Amino acid sequence: MMKNKKHEVWVFIEQRFGKAADVSFELLSKGRKLAQNLSGTLKAVVIGHEMENIAKETFRYGADEALVVDHPDLEHYNTMPYARVVSSLVDERQPRIVLFGASFIGRDLAPRVASHTMSGLTADCTELKISDVKYMRKDYKQLLLQIRPAFGGNILATIITPDNPVQMATVREGVMELLPLDTPVDGKITKIPFEPAPEDELVKIIERHHEENKVNIKGASIIVSGGYGMGSKENFQILHELADTIGAEVGGSRAAVDAGFIEHQRQIGQTGVTVRPKLYIAAAISGAIQHRAGMEESNKIIAINNDPEAPIFDICHYGIVGDVMEVVPKLIETYKAKLK
Amino acid sequence: MSYNSLVLVKQVPDTANISGEVMKPDGTVNRAMLPAVFNPEDKSALDLALQVRDRFGGTVKVITMGPPKAAELLRECLYMGADEACLISDRKFAGADTLATSYVLAKALEKIGNYDFIFGGRQAIDGDTAQVGPQTAEKLGIPQVTYTEEVLNVRDGKAKIKRKIDGGFEIIEAVLPVLLTVLKGSSAIRPFRAKRVMAYKNARTIMELEEKTKQDSSLKLKDLKEDHISRDLFIPTITVKDLDVKTSRIGLHGSPTKVHKVESVILGASGHEKIEPTKEGLGSLVDKLMEDHIFG
Repeated sequence: MMKNKKHEVWVFIEQRFGKAADVSFELLSKGRKLAQNLSGTLKAVVIGHEMENIAKETFRYGADEALVVDHPDLEHYNTMPYARVVSSLVDERQPRIVLFGASFIGRDLAPRVASHTMSGLTADCTELKISDVKYMRKDYKQLLLQIRPAFGGNILATIITPDNPVQMATVREGVMELLPLDTPVDGKITKIPFEPAPEDELVKIIERHHEENKVNIKGASIIVSGGYGMGSKENFQILHELADTIGAEVGGSRAAVDAGFIEHQRQIGQTGVTVRPKLYIAAAISGAIQHRAGMEESNKIIAINNDPEAPIFDICHYGIVGDVMEVVPKLIETYKAKLK
Repeated sequence: MSYNSLVLVKQVPDTANISGEVMKPDGTVNRAMLPAVFNPEDKSALDLALQVRDRFGGTVKVITMGPPKAAELLRECLYMGADEACLISDRKFAGADTLATSYVLAKALEKIGNYDFIFGGRQAIDGDTAQVGPQTAEKLGIPQVTYTEEVLNVRDGKAKIKRKIDGGFEIIEAVLPVLLTVLKGSSAIRPFRAKRVMAYKNARTIMELEEKTKQDSSLKLKDLKEDHISRDLFIPTITVKDLDVKTSRIGLHGSPTKVHKVESVILGASGHEKIEPTKEGLGSLVDKLMEDHIFG
């Protein structure tokens, strides 16, 4: 089946209101590397209405070809028609790898497509790479290693799909790096026809309430983040003050969000946003694995905690043992004095 | 009108409370050490199914696939208000990934039949994949609504559903039958009813009755079973021979994804620089960050 054909890596490009999701471009950047490892090609699967611009945008992230399914009925994501379109493309063309964002759309679509095409699917991968593998005394060439935390983030599992032609994975936004090319690929746009089907009508979206996420914590170069140890929403105010002083965004751990110290969009960690700023200041954060998964790739990490045994000190570059409510005001003061 | 709901529930290891003792020296998890709990979002799914029954009429039947011990979970569902329970259990189903799991579930649901709604939690805390629901819906050839928050109305063979999306929500109209995966809601889940606990605490599966006969040789399985059926306390079990399944598609063997390697999460280098929380200490830190063009 794959003998005379170049391996293909596909990325499903998700869009809302004609705007492509960042995660899709991040996956193209990763997909390009995977395609290079396989000496194969990278293709973007673009579904929607009036998708010309998005199709062209995919070339900036390395797509060699955009498979475009354009139809007024496909303007907004809807499970049945989208799953039908992607499933039949996969059935016909047998890509080696298909990547989806681990988003509301991707996590709705990918399992349905995997079920139809009987492909292996691994959710929420934090790393993807190509490697030869020996499994059950058999040698497999160029498999996709799908690495993901499991058991609430306590272990890292490497999943493989050894015997199926198509390997699928989902990845959360921010996990893979966005790498736009200086010169876009001179890619090809291939239009795929779409025929509406009666089953598309089974589910209708009758109202949509959607707000752009105004918090851009992912794009911040400095993040000041607080944990449950901050003690209260009032105490969290000192972190906002520090952030204002040094030009940072404020984030929080899951425990801090659950306790109501800070809003959910600012949650950093495996179940929140993954960030990699130039500087990450972790204030009163113990450093549970679930939090570390979302920030440990920060360029520099400062940890402030009154418990010298806190695991956050294992991954930080600068460690300050002390009470945040004393250290942070002092840091603000010092910074202001230096700027003068 | 009345509507029949099937609810998929799962007993899971309590991954939220993993302690050091649970991790084996090789970095893998000793599942036996973890307490088994009702998967939180499955409980929300059952609660929502019971709300639909109470508002629009019908029945609620819970189904779980798992080891014999998973019968505990089914009793809890009966205590909460489920009308019927059914266990899917067979060694041959073990080790399945989401694709092989959804294959068996779909076959079992087809056999049970006569459903308007299938409910399940969005995801289980042992894998967090959120895949089994959509995969089961696909195999049954019915639509799905994931991230369901509320069932607003059911009328004329259609359900109006509120579902969460990134940065907002959608109102969906779905033709029945439909499969819903349910998010943990903000409202409190109904507690066990004392009356129902009294009524169903002796509900048993065939495997549990077999255990009983092993402990007390004076008991006969046939009599025990008949007695439990007559008192409406028998939980039926579906095994591989009850289903029209291809053995090549079930269990570990039927799973396209395999675990190649498992390792404990390795902490980064601990060689960090200690900064004293003094004016001088913090001053030198600010200097360094300015030199690195991070500050200023």
